[in-house]
Amino acid sequence: MLSKKASCDSHGQNSSYFLGWEEYEKNPYDQVKNPTGIIQMGLAENQLSLDLLESWVASNPDAAGLKTNGKSIFRKLALFQDYHGLPAFKKVLMETMAEMRGNLVKLEAGNLVLTAGATSANETLMFCLADPGEAFLIPTPYYPGFDRDLKWRTGAQIVPIQCTSSNGFEITAAALEEAYERAQKLNLKVKGVLFTNPANPLGTTMTVVELDHIIDFVAKKHIHIISDEVYAGTVFGSSSFVSIIEALMKRNLENTELWNRVHIVCSLSKDLGLPGFRIGMIYSNNPKVVSAATKMSSFGLISSQTQYLLSQMLLDKTFTRTYMSENKKRLLKRKTMLISELKHSGIACLESNAGLFCWVDMRHLLRDNTFEAEKELWEKVVRVVGLNISPGASCHCTEPGWFRMCFANMCEETLRVAMHRIKVRLVDVHRTRTARVKPTWLSPKWVKLLASFIESWLKLQ
Amino acid sequence: MASNSLLSKIATNDGHGENLAYFDGWKAYDRNPFHPTQNPEGVIQMGLAENQLSFDVIQEWIMKNPKASICTPEGLAEFKNVANFQDYHGFPDFRKAIANFMSKARGGRVKFDPDRVVMAGGATGANETVMFCLANPGDAFLVPSPYYPAFYRDLGWRTGVKIVPVDCDSSNNFQVTRAALEAAYEKARNNNINIKGLIITNPSNPLGTTLDRATLTSLVKFINDKNIHLVCDEIYAGTVFSSPKFTCVTEVMKEVKNCNRDLIHIVYSLSKDMGVPGLRVGIVYSYNDTVVKCARKMSSFGLVSSQTQHMLAAMLLDDEFVTNFLETSSKRLARRHWIFTTGLEKVGINCLKGNAGLFCWMDLRKLLKDKTFEAEMVLWRMIINDVKLNVSPGSSFRCVEPGWFRVCFANMDEHTVEVALKRIRAFVGVEFEGNKKRNNAEVFVNSPRKNRWGKDGLRLSFGSATRRYEEVMSPRMMSPHSPMPHSPLLRAS
Repeated sequence: MLSKKASCDSHGQNSSYFLGWEEYEKNPYDQVKNPTGIIQMGLAENQLSLDLLESWVASNPDAAGLKTNGKSIFRKLALFQDYHGLPAFKKVLMETMAEMRGNLVKLEAGNLVLTAGATSANETLMFCLADPGEAFLIPTPYYPGFDRDLKWRTGAQIVPIQCTSSNGFEITAAALEEAYERAQKLNLKVKGVLFTNPANPLGTTMTVVELDHIIDFVAKKHIHIISDEVYAGTVFGSSSFVSIIEALMKRNLENTELWNRVHIVCSLSKDLGLPGFRIGMIYSNNPKVVSAATKMSSFGLISSQTQYLLSQMLLDKTFTRTYMSENKKRLLKRKTMLISELKHSGIACLESNAGLFCWVDMRHLLRDNTFEAEKELWEKVVRVVGLNISPGASCHCTEPGWFRMCFANMCEETLRVAMHRIKVRLVDVHRTRTARVKPTWLSPKWVKLLASFIESWLKLQ
Repeated sequence: MASNSLLSKIATNDGHGENLAYFDGWKAYDRNPFHPTQNPEGVIQMGLAENQLSFDVIQEWIMKNPKASICTPEGLAEFKNVANFQDYHGFPDFRKAIANFMSKARGGRVKFDPDRVVMAGGATGANETVMFCLANPGDAFLVPSPYYPAFYRDLGWRTGVKIVPVDCDSSNNFQVTRAALEAAYEKARNNNINIKGLIITNPSNPLGTTLDRATLTSLVKFINDKNIHLVCDEIYAGTVFSSPKFTCVTEVMKEVKNCNRDLIHIVYSLSKDMGVPGLRVGIVYSYNDTVVKCARKMSSFGLVSSQTQHMLAAMLLDDEFVTNFLETSSKRLARRHWIFTTGLEKVGINCLKGNAGLFCWMDLRKLLKDKTFEAEMVLWRMIINDVKLNVSPGSSFRCVEPGWFRVCFANMDEHTVEVALKRIRAFVGVEFEGNKKRNNAEVFVNSPRKNRWGKDGLRLSFGSATRRYEEVMSPRMMSPHSPMPHSPLLRAS
């Protein structure tokens, strides 16, 4: 009666990633009203610096009141539905994106397509680059939402590039080749490689070596690169972020055929913490992709009211720079707090320098090295410990026992409560349980065996 | 890899529909847009169905309600919550407000459930989402013609759904009949086309009319009998300005025996009723629970900005504002419609009798050289280039009768309407007023008079008309449905 898309599971919402959210919805933590509720640590939101945005708005009444030079522009904005987007907004977005990349890359506003969030940007790129049944290679672990965003309505397929903890989940040339061959065996035509950089859920920026592996691979196979850089503005500490564009420029690959097969997805949802405003974008050096994607953006344009507000905000360069720098400091501080508290509980994290989350190693808390055990542990964490975190399986991780924990979507006090719960309800309980288990050599079975051995030995004397 | 297979088929085909002739008029306007003082000889845009008549009412409300904006001192406290909110259920108040507005736009005769209100990226996104939910690639929907040209893109580009037109003509005022539907349905089945449903626009674009209750009932009975879906695009529901009053499909659903509610879906938007296309507020409202759930998940691809949701929630829950707005808008549309249609009647041009929408369905059949689409194209190019009005030819709406044009009247001020009417009067010829019995087509084509001068200095000479007629009759231009590159006329002008 309905379409296959309406009746199938490709929206991915039956995965544990979303089930945890449902549990949280039923019993959400509130410091005052529901202190025993579930704390949401499965949501990669940046709530640490909204106060800075608020004070900008308070100090800029014209932009806030939809006015230019005191004159209302409501009418113009209400009518503005041009899918090319507000020119002033695109220009200032380009400048902001370039600055986030250390101004080492030159970006053209004409290569930019505005979309309703990165969700829409990713889907649109799939529609432009892959026919139904064609595939993109994606390194694991990856953002669970990709299963919906890239595959559901497009009919495209994902073939994972297996990455493991043996090398900090870095992408290797061998892993790329192996994934490609697996796709071939499945009769899937590979159209490109898509990766998130900085990575979700790892919280790491890609190294130049990894980017070079991908560039070489993509050049050889004549396929596309999609670089999802939505976390570009969350790189903290002293490390730097190398965008795919910068990596290509370093190798003098501008104006080559490969240049036309590189596409970037950005958003203001993570960097600026404005997911509600639905501001996403595609940057592509390929005019045909820009043209097709622009037309497709009709299905999900950014509200003109929002384009205008952000165009004014980002035009204030002093503000943007202060914001970016302060935001990174706060993210670093918060991450450091999470890592050190987890460390006190004997839990390690992958070393990271970006993102709104940590990739947490809880393998030692598994009953055994299986995904069933991971699921059990996850259910315990949600229901008993009272935290919604994302299990590695939902991110297609190949190794059980890894979890993504978000730290930027709550206040410090809530994070302390969460860490305390981990210590008391999970780690201490686990320690006690492991201590209580008798060593097997003291079990009745072993006593009997020892007795019979001693008996036999005695007989021999 | 060849450059074509590098990208997807969708990215490289014409499914976006932008090569249609419909857009040539827009291009002419973009090159030479009318402005009352800066460019009074420019092309007047009458191809854009926008409602610009009642902004002042909205602006006044915004000024009086600073709390509705997250950017004012009064509303700033909500900034964080709103900026952070990306739940695809949308703000509960927003859904309540939309349900409230939808109900009031239908005279309060129907109540809508906020839990069935699902967001989409404008009506464009809503129509596509509904197709994704109801049909597989290769399936088809019946669409009564003439229909909105962008349906080609919205319903079929990325979804792979086909349009099967159900042709309507002026013999019965373009009403869609059960017989026509049955015929189209059978023909499709005989050609192994799987019809999944019927999509209607009510009030109609481009006709500017509402479906009467009896017809709507027969459509609901038809889809119910065939067990196919009915999608009602009701985005102009709030633009009804005269009788008969609007009948929403929900009213009729209750009256049809054993009506399967799971087959009924409404597409709505604020772009036309409120005149705010820039805010991208599209709504899918379905009586099918599975479709609601599915469409809601899909809404992630085109959510309404939370800033916009927040503002509209406050605005549309203000009953006094909503009542006042709908009444004022309706009065102003009625007046504008009356000015325009009586202005046309004075020069012998009739429109289909309309009671809704932002446009008229203008009958220029008697100005055609002959009853062909080629003649319609010639006439159209003259209207764009000589009369300097961008109007939309009926062929771009897949109308089966040549000579009909959609003319929008609500996207300009009254002065511009007057200028447009003056130009039309000059084009048609003042002699028509004095000699109504003469066949206007004869006057136009066979008159020995070389020049027809309008008050604006517009010249439409017989000599130049024939020359242009020959220029445009190149093989590429024969079919109005073929992708048309820039015409020689446009390049020359």
